Amino acid sequence: MEWEVVIGLEIHVQLATKSKIFSGSSTAFGAEPNTQASAVDLAMPGMLPVMNQEAVRMAVKFGLAIEAEVAERSVFDRKNYFYPDLPKGYQISQLEFPIVKTGHVDIHLDDGTKKTIGVTRAHLEEDAGKSLHEDFHGMTGIDLNRAGTPLLEIVSEPDIRSAKEAVAYLKKIHSIVTYLGISDGDMSQGSMRCDCNVSLRPKGQEEFGTRTEIKNVNSFRFVEKAINTEIERQMDILENGGSIEQETRLYDADKDETRSMRSKEFANDYRYFPDPDLLPIEIDQAYIEEVRKTLPELPEAKIARFCNEYGLSDVDAGILAATREQADYFEAVAAKSGDAKMAANWVMGELAKYLNQNNLDIAQSPINADALGGLILRIKDNTVSGKIAKDVFDAMWNEGGEADAIIKAKDLIQVTDTSTIEAIVDEVLANNAAQVEQYRAAEEAKRGKMIGFFVGQTMKASKGKANPQQVNEILNKKLNG
Amino acid sequence: MTIQSDELVKIAYLAKLQIDADNTARLTRDLDQILNFVDQMKSVDTTQVEPLSNPLEMTQRLRKDEVTEINQRDAFQNIAPATEAGLYLVPKVIE
Repeated sequence: MEWEVVIGLEIHVQLATKSKIFSGSSTAFGAEPNTQASAVDLAMPGMLPVMNQEAVRMAVKFGLAIEAEVAERSVFDRKNYFYPDLPKGYQISQLEFPIVKTGHVDIHLDDGTKKTIGVTRAHLEEDAGKSLHEDFHGMTGIDLNRAGTPLLEIVSEPDIRSAKEAVAYLKKIHSIVTYLGISDGDMSQGSMRCDCNVSLRPKGQEEFGTRTEIKNVNSFRFVEKAINTEIERQMDILENGGSIEQETRLYDADKDETRSMRSKEFANDYRYFPDPDLLPIEIDQAYIEEVRKTLPELPEAKIARFCNEYGLSDVDAGILAATREQADYFEAVAAKSGDAKMAANWVMGELAKYLNQNNLDIAQSPINADALGGLILRIKDNTVSGKIAKDVFDAMWNEGGEADAIIKAKDLIQVTDTSTIEAIVDEVLANNAAQVEQYRAAEEAKRGKMIGFFVGQTMKASKGKANPQQVNEILNKKLNG
Repeated sequence: MTIQSDELVKIAYLAKLQIDADNTARLTRDLDQILNFVDQMKSVDTTQVEPLSNPLEMTQRLRKDEVTEINQRDAFQNIAPATEAGLYLVPKVIE
């Protein structure tokens, strides 16, 4: 039978506030355990939550960025469950009246098509602490530094149809929140975590199949793998006439499998009710308009502009606009070099390769945009060939400095003087008389390939400095003339 | 509305309350009375009334995003039953 995959994602984004959502504790990552856990975060008797205005502003910003309606009135609820890293016995969240209502984001797929994914809602809530299950004399260790960190939970519609689409959607949300500056989006530090709801239904069937939820997947790669693994598992069961049990599952990256979290009895009965410690949040139009004015150019708009203004393809524009830093870097290189196509190729090619190899962000690149733009200028004015430019790039990366200084110091200036190149070509032809004879005896159709040998020899003899185009022309003239 | 004893047991479990078997009948009766009272209130027509999430006619005051708390871990951990390496220790929780 042919199956259709139905996926919805719940993404938890840690908001980049300085202090917690309901207390004045720091949210800085990596502090000593429990040094950023105040009486409020510890749920000491009599403590009351006081809402952080910046968390509200960030949620509103996100709502505007996905063209959602921002709720004029939103309400906090208590989600009740017992776990030691949740000292109050409830998580403050929003159930019925979330701060952000229905919106949407566009994703770009590999085949160049665009798809709109609905966002059901986004609501504010607090994070829990961390449980450390290493053995402390048979006990569990609790660190409450993270307790009370503001989260924005973004819930998608079940509009996603494959693991690839899920990753594209997650990446889009990642780029929106980092563009907005409302989260650092660092998945390795848990700033973005994702629950994936996955189900299958026979193609053409209207109603959804039974879904499972894969909890807390924390990298783009794992989201794709976890979903594909879960699709296979469900398909196996359904193909063999079985049925899917609605449950929460965990993805084990080492074994590349999902497994059932021991289903706790009554686990999903959270008995939500409005939190009497917090009043409703009211947001007026004037405030919304004030926040709207602070929105930066967003990824979709930037991609469209890169296509129009620089003549880039959708795919290239999408890659360059993935982060604000990369987009800014690219634009600076394009401005300096006056050649957007070359700027795009160098940023996505050589620079991306070196950054990947050294595990660096573009912000940490030892070559800044101005320097890379300067190198491209020297290719454009024929000072160096594209090939030599890669050596210059390597030197700039490893030793620092500007392209001009390196080209001069290493004597890499391209040879464009015709008589000099002719002399080198003559020497090459004289040294390879046998090959010249073969070439002249060969059919026209085969000569194209054979000339490559002479080009290679000439470039080698000039230590790579001869202008390749001129070498080609002169060789053609001398061999065919 | 009447509450069954297995529902009582479930609610108690979720609230982490231990209930003596002798008490079940009495608690069930008490809860029934409370729920009957709720039913009585529900009979009032509220279609024209906006849901009340807080009895105060006020909205939430917001605070500035500033770190105002200092590290008081030692004081807090002084009154904790068990700590180690800065962590609070609790009976083992196994996932």
